[in-house]
Amino acid sequence: MLGEGILQGLAETAKNFAGSFVSKERLTTVQYPEERIAPIENTRDFPILIYDGNDPLAGLRCVACQICEKECPPKCIYIVKSTDKKPDFVGKMQIYPTRFDIDISVCMSCQICVEVCPFEAIKMDTEFELSTTDRFGGLMHNREQLSKSNEHYHKIHPTEAAEVDARLAEEKHKAEVKAKAAAEAAAAKAAAAATAAPTPAAIPAPKPIPESAPAKEPGA
Amino acid sequence: MIFGFSLTFLLTATLTVAGALAAAMLRNLVHCALSLTVTFGGLALLYLQLGAQFAGFSQILVYIGAVAILVVFAILLTRGAGIPEYRGFSTSWFFGLVIASAVFALLTWSVVRSLPASAATAAPSVTVQSIGASLMSTYVLPLEIVAVVLTVALIGAVIVAMPESRAPKSEAESSGAK
Amino acid sequence: MSLANQLDQIFVFLQHWIEGFFPQWLQPGVGALIAVIGIVATFPAIFAVTTVLERKGLGRIQNRLGPNRVGPLGILQPVADGIKSLTKEDIVPRSADGVVHFLAPVVLVVAIFLGYAVLPVGRNMVLMNMDAGLLFFFAIGASTELSIFMAGWSSRNKYSLLGALRAVAQMISYEVPLLLSSVVAVMMTGSLSTVKIVEAQGGFTGIFPHWYVFTPWGFAGFILFVIAALAETNRSPFDLPEGESELVAGYFTEYSGFKFALFFLGEYLGMLSIAGFAITLFLGGWGAPFSFLGFMPSWAWFFLKLFAAIFFFIWLRGTLPRLRQDQLMNFAWKFMLPMTLLNLLVAGAWRFLGDGWSRWVICSLVLLFAYVLLGRVLMRHQHLGPRSYRYAE
Repeated sequence: MLGEGILQGLAETAKNFAGSFVSKERLTTVQYPEERIAPIENTRDFPILIYDGNDPLAGLRCVACQICEKECPPKCIYIVKSTDKKPDFVGKMQIYPTRFDIDISVCMSCQICVEVCPFEAIKMDTEFELSTTDRFGGLMHNREQLSKSNEHYHKIHPTEAAEVDARLAEEKHKAEVKAKAAAEAAAAKAAAAATAAPTPAAIPAPKPIPESAPAKEPGA
Repeated sequence: MIFGFSLTFLLTATLTVAGALAAAMLRNLVHCALSLTVTFGGLALLYLQLGAQFAGFSQILVYIGAVAILVVFAILLTRGAGIPEYRGFSTSWFFGLVIASAVFALLTWSVVRSLPASAATAAPSVTVQSIGASLMSTYVLPLEIVAVVLTVALIGAVIVAMPESRAPKSEAESSGAK
Repeated sequence: MSLANQLDQIFVFLQHWIEGFFPQWLQPGVGALIAVIGIVATFPAIFAVTTVLERKGLGRIQNRLGPNRVGPLGILQPVADGIKSLTKEDIVPRSADGVVHFLAPVVLVVAIFLGYAVLPVGRNMVLMNMDAGLLFFFAIGASTELSIFMAGWSSRNKYSLLGALRAVAQMISYEVPLLLSSVVAVMMTGSLSTVKIVEAQGGFTGIFPHWYVFTPWGFAGFILFVIAALAETNRSPFDLPEGESELVAGYFTEYSGFKFALFFLGEYLGMLSIAGFAITLFLGGWGAPFSFLGFMPSWAWFFLKLFAAIFFFIWLRGTLPRLRQDQLMNFAWKFMLPMTLLNLLVAGAWRFLGDGWSRWVICSLVLLFAYVLLGRVLMRHQHLGPRSYRYAE
């Protein structure tokens, strides 16, 4: 009958109106500055550098390989390598970045830098309230601003961080095992050379065993 | 009381005459139509001052609410009402003036002659009720004729505005050209 | 005088008391001035409240909160809106017709305010008790169409002009059902005076009032009057002329700042005044709905009914989609006009069938039958179903 649809529509909106006072489902507004929705785990906003432990410089995972700088599509990363070295998480001496700048007004949050980093050093943060009144300098984040601890990484991306930690721990273990085996082999070799015959010309000098640690990179 | 007329009458009359003059003399056609509306309003006020409530309100309802809108639509749908680029100049303006004054004199004489000698006669009170009663008894035939005329006008308007029905094109012809 | 009566007539006493300070020959003028000040103060205040209620009501219907920052629960929002519209720059297009552009909102607001002169807000509370009061109101309503046309044409903007033409066409088409549906109330009362119409609905049988809406012809008349009133004031779902998604803002595209605020004010005041007339004609004006509730002041009942009407309009706005121009016109001429004419016939038959239950049955059945028949006939050629799409090959 004519008009039936209108009455059904009126009933529906009346239900919505009355329901908005009692049920959350019919009033889905989140009043922004006072209330916030927690971001989901896969949220990504802008990159950060991860450091292990308490010292942002000593524990920094980044080795300034510049792969992320080259892969970044809008070229918003600027890295300057250091001239000296510091030990990384397996103990090997690595260079580190003296300057690591990301211009977040250019960054498009594509996560390519995270995907190509071989050292699990750069990850995506979930912080978005980054507005500043300084138009150029304020949106250029330097290495100190970008360094966030591993605990922070665990807080924002728990499952990822657990995975990364497991992988890094495994590699550290493997490197330790290998180093121990290499040290034992070297000691055995030295002992064998000491108890061998004193004729220097007949026995050829033992060749040094090539080190295998630096070439083996922990898979990403 | 100025010149024997009340102040309200003088103001209303000035408004009406000014509107009429503007309607005749303005260059922009829509401005003329709007001043004509002001004239209609002035007339309605005059009717109300004379105590003819129904006539006054009907004047507003019909003239301002319908006739003025009709005039405005007619202007819009025909020329677009821009400012005319030329000024019309007539060579026989003197004869026009003579004829206009003659008509004005005739109208004035007839109006003045029809004024009652003594202004103290009681005006008949014409209420809406009496108008309705007389429409239904004495003037029933004119009422019905007006209704028939209005119906004819409505039907005519619909027929004029109706789109012409075309023979349906064959499907193959219309889609075959692709 | 009992307390209820004193409360009822409190504004009348106030008016007489203030009049008493002036000499005798000045008193009628002062009394009228006080009433005018009362109208100019009250109805724009109700307009302000209506804007907040509308935004919050529409928000709740649409599963969101309305404005809630300006005052507690956002009730001071109209103050913020007023300050905003007063401080915005008044831009007049260079090729616009200056005089007409300026006068359009003025004419609108003046015409709308004039319409409040015959609205009986309470017992003995009407500014002008004219014998032809209703005719006055409709005559003034016809003048608002002219101001809309002036607004659209003077902007020299083809979209404004189109919006204005559509608006005027819509208003003219719906004026006929508006007048015809109000004529039934006039017929039954026997007078065009709004005060007499309200007083004729003041009786009670048992506890139920004699409002015209409780009769078959009155109910049909009320519904038709409300639909035509919505269309007259360009209110949703008939707001195509000012539809924001169709014609920018229609005939008031080129208006900014205070002139826009005046148009807005005029439109809402028009809605309030025509709602007031619907209440006067069909819902018993300032009368109480039950006889035992007569102790409440008459003006309180009027404003309660006015707020109920406002709430209903907001509800309709949140529910219905906009009508297209041709659907609008079809509705006016093919549905509303026959129904109003039939309503007139039915009201006449009601009068002549005399008292008794038979007239209720006959009149209701005739109206219902006509409604269903007309509905079926008009919907016969409409193919309303799930939409089908044709994709490119």
